[in-house]
Amino acid sequence: MRRDVVTSAIAIVVFTVLLGLVYPLLITGVSQVAFPGNANGQKVYANGKLVGSKIIGQSFKSPVLEKNGKPKEAEGELVTEANARYFQSRPSATEGGEYNAAASAFSNRGPNDKVTKEDDEANIKEYLELNRPYDPGLTAAQIPVDAVNTSGSNLDPEISQANAWIQGHRIAAKRGLSLGAVNALIATYTDSRGLGFSGERGVNVLELNLALDRLGGGAH
Amino acid sequence: MTFAGWLTIVLFVGMLSALAFPLGTYMAKVYSGERVFLTPVFGWPERFIYKLLRVDSRREQDWKAYARSLLIFSLAGWLLLYLVLRTQDAFFVPHSVNPQGFESAPWNVTFNTVSSFVTNTNWQFYSGETTMSYLSQMIGLTVQNWLSAGVGIVVAVALVRGIVSRSGKSLGNFWQDIVRTILYVLAPISIIGAIVLVSQGVIANFSNYLTVHTVTGLTQTIAMGPTASQLSIKMLGTNGGGFFNVNSAHPFENPTGFTNFFEMLLVLIIPAALVFMFGRMTGNRRQGYAIYGTMMLMFLGAVVVAYVAEAHGSPAQHAAGLHTHAIAGSTGGNLEGKEQRFGIAGSALFDVVTTVTSCGAVNSAIESFTGIGGAVPFANLSASEVIFGGVGTGLYSILLYVLLAVFIGGLMVGRTPEWLGKKLEAREIKLAGLGILITPLAALFATALAVATKGGRASISELGKGPQGFSESFYAYLSQANNNGSAFAGYTGFIQPNAGNAGSHGVTFADVLGGLVMLFARYGPILFALAVAGALAGKRITPVGLGTMRTDNPTFAVLLIGVVILVGALTFFPALLLGPVVQGLTGHLY
Repeated sequence: MRRDVVTSAIAIVVFTVLLGLVYPLLITGVSQVAFPGNANGQKVYANGKLVGSKIIGQSFKSPVLEKNGKPKEAEGELVTEANARYFQSRPSATEGGEYNAAASAFSNRGPNDKVTKEDDEANIKEYLELNRPYDPGLTAAQIPVDAVNTSGSNLDPEISQANAWIQGHRIAAKRGLSLGAVNALIATYTDSRGLGFSGERGVNVLELNLALDRLGGGAH
Repeated sequence: MTFAGWLTIVLFVGMLSALAFPLGTYMAKVYSGERVFLTPVFGWPERFIYKLLRVDSRREQDWKAYARSLLIFSLAGWLLLYLVLRTQDAFFVPHSVNPQGFESAPWNVTFNTVSSFVTNTNWQFYSGETTMSYLSQMIGLTVQNWLSAGVGIVVAVALVRGIVSRSGKSLGNFWQDIVRTILYVLAPISIIGAIVLVSQGVIANFSNYLTVHTVTGLTQTIAMGPTASQLSIKMLGTNGGGFFNVNSAHPFENPTGFTNFFEMLLVLIIPAALVFMFGRMTGNRRQGYAIYGTMMLMFLGAVVVAYVAEAHGSPAQHAAGLHTHAIAGSTGGNLEGKEQRFGIAGSALFDVVTTVTSCGAVNSAIESFTGIGGAVPFANLSASEVIFGGVGTGLYSILLYVLLAVFIGGLMVGRTPEWLGKKLEAREIKLAGLGILITPLAALFATALAVATKGGRASISELGKGPQGFSESFYAYLSQANNNGSAFAGYTGFIQPNAGNAGSHGVTFADVLGGLVMLFARYGPILFALAVAGALAGKRITPVGLGTMRTDNPTFAVLLIGVVILVGALTFFPALLLGPVVQGLTGHLY
């Protein structure tokens, strides 16, 4: 008994040093040398400024301005609206505004929940208002699920190809590009499945939008 | 449903079996003291650790001595982890290891968290990136990710030794087993796994959280940290506690379809290998195959149901006017709470992989699964984690079921039950029965208490109305009792108004009840498993006769599945009806 107590006390200290210090420092050190880009979160810069991480989704809405030019706030949060010149990410339900990457969270909306249905309906309405003017035949039944449902992390960096193709009509019109050019760009930033079979293909929204900005075209 | 989806499932099963078989052989050698290819690398550090610990690794322990070492070691780990988490913001902790300046979480949440990590549950009422400093994640939580996994594995090894031993009462030496588990089994895979994950985009740094200014004029803060090291052992040790709140749904913890596949392999590789190890150590590999077949059949059943149900979509989606069938460029289905890059198949498979084991990592919101899709993790948990199960826990739990199946089979054919040449008598069957019943007892008792009292209902989320609220509560205690750790995440035990714990408080009822359930349902079955090992260790082996019931053929596998389902279904069915089954049968919205 006494021997077990002494051994346990020594063992927990030894293992804490080995597994809690040596091991994480080893992994982090090797990663920083071998894969510095990945290890530091795949930072993305535009015009020399840090604009995000390639694999963390972000909102492409813009702050709504008051008449005096100041950003409008409601209940301490910025009021935003979709910026029609950019592809829009999936809906996000993080606290403190969409795509809060300092506090990832599940929406936890149940499958038989009225709230889920109402949220879906609101997202469908918003999506139709944003895109139907540029894609006149668009109906609720044609909207891909990823455009309406929140993701697991609520930080999803991707949208489905179907979602991107629909939004492509709006982007082409807003930026004075041909639909073919926009679809070609979508294809460029569509990731393939892992190992060719694992998971689904998706379009990286941040990369796609930055590529659009680099093309230029259209007035702000 | 898509071709790629089904292909993923088939290839996963194939690759898992191909990798687990050699690992099982390797582990059998490690625990039998044979020389393996890593002996030249780890032989010296192994002996050095014994010297530091001042243990004689050759000293044999009977089941009581083995259990005593295990319990005292776990207690030491519990106390140190509590101390680490409660002094997160103490004056002696340098700022560089707590760059966000997080305070410690309150005592009740910490009690729950510590019990959770020490028992390999990794139930999390807290959220990683708003609660834990980098140092707490490393020297606190990561360490227990290793040790709790090791403790699970050594219990399984000790039980197998008891089953096959030909003489004496020895089950081996706890200290030797735990050191060997860490060095020879967990370390190589975990280190390689972590590097592979970083190569695919998992982060590993000690930076401050990033602040970025987006092209549309918004500001985004992005949490950082030493994720890869913890992630790798979290999956391999079937722990499942996420570095970030959303666990393996977070792009930094699971960036691509490939990492999703790789992480699933990490979860199941050891539980699957242990079954092959068992076969080899009994001297009859077919004993292992029979159990492996049993597990795989139940596993595949669960995967198919989950995939089909999730691909169908949810009542809420249909009521809102969404079409959920696959179209060009989108697979459709219930994508609420799921990531685009994993899709329906990658989410459903991951969900089954992590709920049949005691892993409990999630890459999608289980609470948002359809009624039937959500019933799958329920069913997996109801089967008491014997479909592969946690590292070690899965094997020792299914072996208790095997004892029960042999006993029932023996009664049916009217012979003294015999298993691997050993007569099974009242003592072993009583111990095995108790070992099996502790988990359901803890789960059902705690759930009843939680839904019947005001203190318990306080944890149900705002959205958890009707059967969803019951499902949330039931799942919470079922998951904690099975040391799983996945959650219908709306169930709360921690109110945190601001990141960093200032002004936060726990929900004492849920925190303490959950913590006690985890401890009781972890160490109870461990003690019974070791006691069974002790009871079997001294028995003489009688040669196989004509009347011996065989336990290495498909007939026995079917009997075993029957026993698992009977015990699971009979115990949990009434409760399951009130939650997920109601939701699956109705299109009604609450």
